[in-house]
Amino acid sequence: MEMLTNILAATVVAGTPLLLVALGELICERSGILNLGQEGMMLMGAVAGFIAALSSGSLLVGLIAAIATGVAMSLFFGFMAITLAANQYAAGLALTIFGTGLSAFVGSGFVGNSIEGFTRVAIPVLSDIPVIGRVLFDQDPLVYVSFIACAGVAFFISRTRGGLILRAVGEDPDAANANGLKVQAVRYMAVAFGGGMAGLAGAYLSLAYTPMWTENMTAGRGWIALALVVFATWRPGRLLLGAYLFGAASILHLVLQGLGWNSPTELLAMLPYVVTILMLVLLSWDPARTRLNTPLSLGQPYRPSH
Amino acid sequence: MSATQRLKLENIVKEYPGCRANDGIDLIVEAGEIHALLGENGAGKSTLMKVIYGLVQPDEGQMFWNGKPVQVANPAEARGMGIGMVFQHFSLFETLTVAENIALGLPAYEARDRAKLEERIREVSAHYGMALDPRRYVSTLSVGERQRVEIVRCLIQESTLLILDEPTSVLTPQEVTTLFATLRKLSAEGCSILFISHKLEEVRALCDNATVLRHGRVSGDCRPAEISATDIARLMVGEDTPISTRVTSAQPGELLLEAKNLSWRCDDPFGTSLNKVSFNLRRGEIVGIAGVAGNGQDELLKALSGEVRVDAGSLEFDGRRIETLTPDQRRGSGVAIVPEERLGRGAVPGMTLADNALLTASGQGLVQKGMIRFGRVREFCRNVIDRFDVRCNGETSTAGSLSGGNLQKYIIGREALQNPKLLVASHPTWGVDVGSAVAIHEALIRLRDEGAAILLISEDLDELYQLCNRMGALCGGRLSPLAEASDLSIEQLGQWMAGEFGSEEASHVAA
Amino acid sequence: MLQLERRPVDSALMRWASPVLALVLTVITGFVLFLAMGRDPVEGLRFFFITPISDVIGLAELGLKMAPLLLCAAGLTVCYRARLWNIGAEGHFLMGALGASVVAVQFLEADGFWVLPLVLLAGVLAGVLWAAIAAGLKTHLHCNEILTTIMLNYIALNFLLYAVHGPLKDPYGFGFPQSVMFGDSSLLPALIPGTRLHIGLAFGLLAAVAVWVMFARSFVGFQLNVIGQDHRAADFAGFSARRLTWLAFLVGGATAGLAGASEVTGPIGQLVPQVSPGYGYTAIIVVFLGRMHALGIIAASALLALTFLGGEMLQIAMNMPKAVTGLFQGLLLFYLLTCDALIHYRIRFRHRARESKVMTPSTAAGEA
Repeated sequence: MEMLTNILAATVVAGTPLLLVALGELICERSGILNLGQEGMMLMGAVAGFIAALSSGSLLVGLIAAIATGVAMSLFFGFMAITLAANQYAAGLALTIFGTGLSAFVGSGFVGNSIEGFTRVAIPVLSDIPVIGRVLFDQDPLVYVSFIACAGVAFFISRTRGGLILRAVGEDPDAANANGLKVQAVRYMAVAFGGGMAGLAGAYLSLAYTPMWTENMTAGRGWIALALVVFATWRPGRLLLGAYLFGAASILHLVLQGLGWNSPTELLAMLPYVVTILMLVLLSWDPARTRLNTPLSLGQPYRPSH
Repeated sequence: MSATQRLKLENIVKEYPGCRANDGIDLIVEAGEIHALLGENGAGKSTLMKVIYGLVQPDEGQMFWNGKPVQVANPAEARGMGIGMVFQHFSLFETLTVAENIALGLPAYEARDRAKLEERIREVSAHYGMALDPRRYVSTLSVGERQRVEIVRCLIQESTLLILDEPTSVLTPQEVTTLFATLRKLSAEGCSILFISHKLEEVRALCDNATVLRHGRVSGDCRPAEISATDIARLMVGEDTPISTRVTSAQPGELLLEAKNLSWRCDDPFGTSLNKVSFNLRRGEIVGIAGVAGNGQDELLKALSGEVRVDAGSLEFDGRRIETLTPDQRRGSGVAIVPEERLGRGAVPGMTLADNALLTASGQGLVQKGMIRFGRVREFCRNVIDRFDVRCNGETSTAGSLSGGNLQKYIIGREALQNPKLLVASHPTWGVDVGSAVAIHEALIRLRDEGAAILLISEDLDELYQLCNRMGALCGGRLSPLAEASDLSIEQLGQWMAGEFGSEEASHVAA
Repeated sequence: MLQLERRPVDSALMRWASPVLALVLTVITGFVLFLAMGRDPVEGLRFFFITPISDVIGLAELGLKMAPLLLCAAGLTVCYRARLWNIGAEGHFLMGALGASVVAVQFLEADGFWVLPLVLLAGVLAGVLWAAIAAGLKTHLHCNEILTTIMLNYIALNFLLYAVHGPLKDPYGFGFPQSVMFGDSSLLPALIPGTRLHIGLAFGLLAAVAVWVMFARSFVGFQLNVIGQDHRAADFAGFSARRLTWLAFLVGGATAGLAGASEVTGPIGQLVPQVSPGYGYTAIIVVFLGRMHALGIIAASALLALTFLGGEMLQIAMNMPKAVTGLFQGLLLFYLLTCDALIHYRIRFRHRARESKVMTPSTAAGEA
């Protein structure tokens, strides 16, 4: 039982960065913009957060720096994809390649440093519930932030006027423009939110998950998050489930090793990526099924006519 | 300045790179007036209405609203002033409900109380005889119902000027009658209506006044009820352009195509499935398929072209079964297709005309051992350009740089020069200038007289009546019986377009 | 005010001027970066761009780095022309290296002309196999190829790591995760004697020529172009998307697989974990920078090869982090895409004030 609780708790922790970045991308995609730069933004968030926290001694400063960096990166992307109506695939790839290079460059002097990262804060009363208490309510503060963000995104999309506008813009920017909605502004905001969340997710890795900086420490999580959004068919509730599922896959090799199962780590380390492909297969083999929630204008360049 | 002048435009100029879309246009719409804005495609109608609605800023000129000079920065401002607009391509969101769609167009404080809004939608729509359920998703509505949503949206915003862009082109004749009744009621209550159209008879029946545009200028103002349709048409196209095709009578020959119970299930939740479509075609005749857009026309075309493989049913063409053949195999056996979308399906916008010839005509000896024979491609392409009077800068022009009419002539020519036995053309003259439309009609008739069978899918009933020997209508993926065009009343056709035909009747005729 | 205005016709000049402009902007940014870090910018840029290729050995090293980039880029060009966003060249490359190594270690002592072709073939097949997975997932299961190929890259990397830590590990390698050195008959012959440059570069140039013939002359190249520019037109014309997708992926897998095989049988001579410094990803930049055109990708692969050498040179000469290579590549792609906007748009400066700023009515018409 103890073991299971610990595995579940570790699953939540491993799923949290995925959840954070995927929530941002979900909003972004709902506005019709596909940002393949998640990996780059996460890396930049991770390195900026780490450096800021290390030099200021404050984790909060680190978080703010990470979010600001993510937003700044996403605005670069936004300029290309929204203002210049460039190919979103290429612009997103550029962001990832750029972010990977820049983060390695900026962080090269900080490899090997470590800091005191976020620690667990038990929520009174709730954390005393057996199993669930430990799994959900005795975690670091950023895990709670991810819960709130998930609920907030779900509420925003389905219950607010802003969410309605977001969905409208994502479905048909031309019609939205004709309705007097400010398509470009809405998309910039969505992209910036995605950037901020990616930065936060990066900071989670470098300030909480493993409080240090190493090159390419995101290990494809930004890409997995993109698959996760497809898997969740653009719905936040499913995203939560999916994130923990991937979280479980990514710690499985640790669990198996803990159980004394002696198989090569390199093969087990493939697991999250294999699971991602399997999930894509399950979700995509029937194209009609994903069609209902897919933002119809996703990935298509759009400029309002003048 | 008269207080009853709701809208006045003075000397509106709007220039795009390479074209002066509006060149000094004046227009006055009185309160409660139904005013027609006429002109053929490319005359500047849509630019002008975008100016009025704030989607486009004019380079010069002044707009007056209820006598006061105004400048409309964006559609939200236009709506705040009381200008409502119903686009030809509706600006509705399919995945949202009627109420949500309407809420999006309202200021936040008015849209907040959803229950109250729904009540208002019911009230307004009932008052004008356009019943609507505010909770339904737009994706489940018919085209006519969607238009109602657009109109109700304008009315809820308390528009005092309603702009309708080609509103009747998507309606059945019966729906047109209902719409006109609604518009007359609105006008009687003081709402001004700007009715954009190129259908002269409708304008004559409905509108008090008309302004006619040609090449971005006003070519005349008139009271349409008082002058003939031909005179109006002359104002639209000028003196030199032919405005009607001489249609000779057809000599139908032997049976060429027999479609039996074609069925295809559409995976797309918003798409249309084909349901037991049966018909036949003889050599030397033109058969027309009427219907409101989105009732299976595109699916039928794809089933004939081979772009989709039907789930059931048979296609017998020229003595052999072709339902399992691929598009290029069918083309090889003499089936030519002219799809509705000229750019982005019939032709690749960014490619040259020569490359676009290769798109479907590769079987005409243009490719040898996998390598392209560029000399022959250019020759074929020039041949099309010359024979079909395509106005362009030679075979290196990109398809996207041609006007709609010229590109359509090119596509029709490309198919016609491959000597097809069957030509399926979908909306061949949609969005095409009058001169080109006449040329296209003549090309179709020439093909027919050479012994080809032609299936003409169109929303334009005038065109169908003019060209077709036999006609039917598609509704919800089912095909009505086909009848001799001369025996088919427009009321009967309208009922077919609305789906009022028994399925036994349809199968009976096909049998 | 600065405004973008759609050109009536795309600018052919800007198509080719854009990469040059992007390079200029990148160099300027590099200049500013060196300044900001308190280094001598002129010296820095010289070490990055000029020193590495100032002698024959340097040029040979450039060719050495060009070979894998050019091979991968040639295959990716076929994919990207058809708008198939295969970013799996890295994975194809790694599998190619692994496949070739698996065969090469079987023939350490063998002597014969047939060994090398066999080893290379194994690499090609491994790359093709890896690409075939992505192609199948795309055509039969409708999976997005971007996500599947990137996942396959990570999986390939882990396969390779597994191999060098496990079955292929050199038992006498002092515990280093690497294979034994290959036999001489498995090694690629040198192109210029006395340098490390091998005939892999010739493979790359041949691949570029083949790509040129494909898209300038052949009907299948035309079909790939159509499917890339306009999917519905391709359906309408009856070009089989499935067949063309497979073709593009398999070509991409074959060339990248050959690149991987050439790398282990060329300069390295054994399988090591860091067999690729990201050639497969850099090749993406090569394709975009080279305008998906044979001549363009040859020039672009030389430039990008230089960024690898320049990064190493800066590390040695100025003690800068090697990551400067990635930074430079990222900047270049970024600027390229930005400059590419000028192909479709032109910049207009507008300062025409309207004669009279008239009242805008209705304050109620607030922001939506």
